[in-house]
Amino acid sequence: MTSPARTDSAAARPAPGPAADEGLARRLRALACTAPLHDLDARKANLAGEYSGYAMAEVALAAIDLVTLNMDFDTGADHDQIVARLLPRVAAQAPGRPAAEHQRVAQWVLENLINVGSVDRGFRAVYGTFAPDGSYVRRDYDFKLVEEVPGTGGSVYLRTTDEAVNVLVGALDTDVTSAQIAAEVKLEVLISRGRLADAQLAAEQARYRTVQYAETLRRALEATRRNVRAVDWLTTVPDMIAEALDHVADRYRHENAILTNIRKARDESEEPDQKRRAAELVDIVKDCIRRHTQLQSRLLEAGPLFRAEQDRQAFAAPAARSGLDLYGQLLAPLLPLPVERASRVSDVFFARGTGLRSPHSVRIGDLVETLLTPPQEREHLGAEMPEPDLIATPDDSRFSEEQLAEAAELLDLPADAPRRLSGLLAEARRRSGGDTELPYLVALLAVHAASPAVGTAYRQGEQKLLFAVDDGTPLEDEEFGGADLIVGTALLDAAGMAADRTEAA
Amino acid sequence: MVSDHAEQPAWSESAAPPGTPAALTPADAADAARLVSFGLQPRLQPAREREYTDLLRRYREDPPFARLADAVATGLGLVVLEVSPRAGMAVTAAEDSVFAVRMGDYSRRTAADATDRFLHGLAHLAVAAMSFPRPEDLADDGYIGRVSVNGVDAFVRQACLRLQERAEEQGENTDPASDAPGLEAAWRVWSRRSATGATKDARRPAGSTTGIIAKAVAFLTESGFLQRTGDESGGTFRTTARYQLQVRDMAGSAAMAELLELGVVPVTDGTASLLPAAQEDQELAADAGLPFHS
Repeated sequence: MTSPARTDSAAARPAPGPAADEGLARRLRALACTAPLHDLDARKANLAGEYSGYAMAEVALAAIDLVTLNMDFDTGADHDQIVARLLPRVAAQAPGRPAAEHQRVAQWVLENLINVGSVDRGFRAVYGTFAPDGSYVRRDYDFKLVEEVPGTGGSVYLRTTDEAVNVLVGALDTDVTSAQIAAEVKLEVLISRGRLADAQLAAEQARYRTVQYAETLRRALEATRRNVRAVDWLTTVPDMIAEALDHVADRYRHENAILTNIRKARDESEEPDQKRRAAELVDIVKDCIRRHTQLQSRLLEAGPLFRAEQDRQAFAAPAARSGLDLYGQLLAPLLPLPVERASRVSDVFFARGTGLRSPHSVRIGDLVETLLTPPQEREHLGAEMPEPDLIATPDDSRFSEEQLAEAAELLDLPADAPRRLSGLLAEARRRSGGDTELPYLVALLAVHAASPAVGTAYRQGEQKLLFAVDDGTPLEDEEFGGADLIVGTALLDAAGMAADRTEAA
Repeated sequence: MVSDHAEQPAWSESAAPPGTPAALTPADAADAARLVSFGLQPRLQPAREREYTDLLRRYREDPPFARLADAVATGLGLVVLEVSPRAGMAVTAAEDSVFAVRMGDYSRRTAADATDRFLHGLAHLAVAAMSFPRPEDLADDGYIGRVSVNGVDAFVRQACLRLQERAEEQGENTDPASDAPGLEAAWRVWSRRSATGATKDARRPAGSTTGIIAKAVAFLTESGFLQRTGDESGGTFRTTARYQLQVRDMAGSAAMAELLELGVVPVTDGTASLLPAAQEDQELAADAGLPFHS
């Protein structure tokens, strides 16, 4: 804490006043935002059980990360979903522990980030500054990291606050737009030099910026919807929308260019690690594009919304007399007041604005009678259910479970060694020892495999598929006729198929 | 609206001499009290109750009866806001009346916690401001406002956010001093309280801002001031004529007087929009006692 002393009196003072103190206060607040994360690791020792193996701050940062990325325009991230996505990381930290404990840890971290125990569901840090008169003032800094917001149908969603995003991205007080451009440029350079690891980091940062930008715009649009006159529709909002549309168009072009670049890098790269990185990058950039598109559609809705609201509000016949402007004359002047004084006004409004209540009066006679009446027996269980008359259905399936298992085992062929149906039938007869049912089942399964549903198996993510091919050899068998099918197992690359499909979409 | 039907002897035993009020009987007093008792049931709609409609007509056509009903109301500690077919006998509690609602009865927490007390009061003010967003809406008798719980919260938060941004622009430190919580700016109290939260039984936490607003609108619905229209956005409501009267004639002006007494003079041109008023007030309000100015 040093600053040039202008006069002797200033030098004699302990600190140079609020203006120079501001930077310190800002840094103290930034520092305070990280405190809840450190606190998690400090407090895990107090939990009942063995929790020292978990890195709580890491889980917390991952949680903030997940919530930020899952924040959408209208809602936030789903609580249970975040916990579920945290589980792999938690499980990796302590693989030997039961899954229920992992769940508990993820839940604990998320709840502590919300700070469920407190009424504000937030955090408070105390720091000191010097007032203009040189006195030292302790101040409370209240902040939240993850907050709960109401969603549709009474559900609750999570959103990360600006503080949390700033802590996470580590970019305090940066201009959103310029930071975005910087990240894009960096990304392009990195990709052109083939440094994908750094490129991924930059792309993720770019996505945080995008989310932040969308959040800022969402707030502005929400205010517009609430009241046409609350927002300057002559210049400010049209300018903002034009700016945002430009931004979307620009980023869209940019990111498509990057996408083409990375795809090339992915397809041409020989190194599997590099290939995987590039594939991840494709996902991130695609997500960015998706968010931009969403932003754009919101921007396009803003104009019609304004016109509709204007029709409703501005073109109605003017009232004969003008009333009190509840917001402008009461609420708005009230909010900046100290709460102690503002309370006097809100108390008066409450006292006069709530109407009346007829007081309830109790007659002692009634009270005594009510108290002395024995409680009425309640039928908790309700009427007795009639015993359902169950008829055992006869087991009319032709093959037993054991036979099916045996047939499956028989047909569990290695991928590189298909077999003739005749050989399979012979083995089935040998195994069953005279039972004619097993060979019949094997033959049935083989015929069924003659035209396998490959597409369905892919969609269902099957690893392998039984198939049968007729190469013209007739089947020499005492019981069955037809072709001596070649029966084999085909391995399916379900993961690869799924990846191709999403990319095509 | 009062017609000259003083000579019509339909309700009076003895015909009144012209120019002098008709002599009122105990039966008239009973009818007047009956009318006031209808007024004490704010959710009762005049159109639904034949007797209520008849008494309302009599109030409007028969000045001596009207004065009697007014007197009964005043004696009970009630203020008559309007008597009309749309609002019925709109009465409200005078300040020290037994019918008045006290903050301590409304929410027990408010007795101990000044912050909660303020939040509950502010919620009522915000619901009113959201119900009648423009001065014309409050003045127009035919206007029906629509509010939702989440809408009110978002609206107050937006106003708080604007104040926060302005404070940041001016480089002010709005963090309150630790030893003087009463000096914290009012908007901060709202914005730092969480909007909602997950609870075990899937209800809103009572201490969250949406919980506080939900309590306010539920109470106002019981007072016959709001009618529930749907469940979306945390519950949506429309206003009644009685609410408009209550806000316009009782709450708004009283709160305004209190604000003026605090030395805050909001300057608007009467017809102006919401935002300019808010911006111009800012200077005055800031001087009126934010901690970093004193």
